[in-house]
Amino acid sequence: MAIPKICGIETEYGIQIRGGDSNPILASSLLISSYVAATSKKSDAQGINWDFCDEQPAIDARGFSYEDSFAPEIESHLVNAVLTNGARYYVDHAHPEISTPECRTALEVLAFDCSAEEIVRRSMKLAQPFLGPQAEMVLYKNNSDGKGNSYGCHENFLVSRDVPFGRLVAQITPHFVTRQIFAGAGKVGCEIPGVSEREVPYQISQRADFFEEEVGLETTLRRPIVNTRDEPHCDPQKYRRLHVIVGDANMSQTATLLKVGTTSLILAMIEDEVLPVDLSLAHAVPAIRQVSYDLTLRQTLLLRDGRRMSALDIQWALLEMANKYSISHGLECMGGQDDGEQILQLWETVLSGLSSEPESVAHLVDWVAKKRLVDGYSQRHDLQPGDSRLKAIDLQYHDMREEKCLALRVGLDQIVSDEQRQRGVMEPPDSTRAFFRGKCLERWPDQVISANWDSMVFEVDKGPLRRVPMMEPMRGSKELVGHLFDSETSLADFLEQLGV
Amino acid sequence: MAEQVRRNKQTSDRSEVTAEVAATTAAQSAQTKSDLDDLLDEIDDVLESNAEDFVKSYVQKGGE
Repeated sequence: MAIPKICGIETEYGIQIRGGDSNPILASSLLISSYVAATSKKSDAQGINWDFCDEQPAIDARGFSYEDSFAPEIESHLVNAVLTNGARYYVDHAHPEISTPECRTALEVLAFDCSAEEIVRRSMKLAQPFLGPQAEMVLYKNNSDGKGNSYGCHENFLVSRDVPFGRLVAQITPHFVTRQIFAGAGKVGCEIPGVSEREVPYQISQRADFFEEEVGLETTLRRPIVNTRDEPHCDPQKYRRLHVIVGDANMSQTATLLKVGTTSLILAMIEDEVLPVDLSLAHAVPAIRQVSYDLTLRQTLLLRDGRRMSALDIQWALLEMANKYSISHGLECMGGQDDGEQILQLWETVLSGLSSEPESVAHLVDWVAKKRLVDGYSQRHDLQPGDSRLKAIDLQYHDMREEKCLALRVGLDQIVSDEQRQRGVMEPPDSTRAFFRGKCLERWPDQVISANWDSMVFEVDKGPLRRVPMMEPMRGSKELVGHLFDSETSLADFLEQLGV
Repeated sequence: MAEQVRRNKQTSDRSEVTAEVAATTAAQSAQTKSDLDDLLDEIDDVLESNAEDFVKSYVQKGGE
């Protein structure tokens, strides 16, 4: 049976200091340090450091590595903190990045993605006093500067090591090429050199322009549709972590929920070997752009077996298989039947809307909501493709300042309550080892020396440092360890009870 | 078994669902138009005043 689809999202935000020195590394460091200093429970107001000992981004899931590939470098000298909600908040290259804690369901990861937005908004305000009087720090939850520079919103999914990686790549690729029809965040213009705004005035995805390979290790150059980074952050004998770099950062909660939920479902079906129809594309890289540029959703893609299907046809075929899977296998892997059914129903609603009249899902799908604004504004002011005002609308759709953010004004459906969003800023999810990590940070902030995804290091009474391994993502949940935090237990007794 | 019947019904008749969505869409379109007008009025107030500089100065190097 498919294993639980533990998942998380890492989002890199665009950052700019308007009216001041805009060194992005300094700006990102200031942003995160301001937040950590204001929220730290440690007596010296410092953050808990990230422990880099399990970071091996150069290991390739295919069991080999091309000599000319460029694995990401680890930048251990930059700000890198662990938060009490179990998340990681750090400077990655020239961007601030938040990784949500590990979550049990797509709905849970959506809530923590919303909490991450809240953390970013609070950080912007906390950093402001450190800037000059005319300067303002602004963050954007998007994936491109419109000038050929892209930054990512990556998803992570727990996958059984038993699945041969080649089959995983073959079976997930059609979904990665076509899911943008509901998960695309929309973009004004095109960033392929030589392609004009008249040829592509608007496209579905922020990211499609940047993918050049079907499969590979890189994330910054020659980006692949399926990334092969083999860094499970848990028991490597049992698990993989599929690191998905192909997606857009979403402002629509529905899009985030569907992006994670549908991908979890298809990965579970791959594990259970119940994808009966082969949807392999003949040319996946050109196809991802073709889908992004086709606002009619009617163009067809050539499949390896010679058939032609549109992105919508492929999504309907995947949904039909997922509905059958729900009946034959149940949806426990999704956190429960109800959680899984919510994804299936939403998926069907969105595909139905896109099939009949895309504008009918403007409250659910980012690229449709943004296009409606761009088209409406363009008609009202009689603007030509390439006008800066249209690009400004695109950028401001993703603006993290509430008073400037256009996505907050277009009537997108809200799934996560304000109470959930606020709670997730400080509180970890109950369902995974993130609970253990977050609660230890809250309870013993001065005695946690460092932490990472799969271990924590404690100092007890100035004795030798003690590392607690957390190789099982489901262990450390509230159900399993919550009672240990209820009492007045000392850290030494706590570790004793854990058997460390 | 009830679950199976319900689910089969959902998957078998996607044209029915599509038709329903189309009908709802038509009914909503007048409302949507006036909403869009209000929204565009608001954007005129919210949009950065010098769009060209705003867009030009947004450069992000070194992602992922």
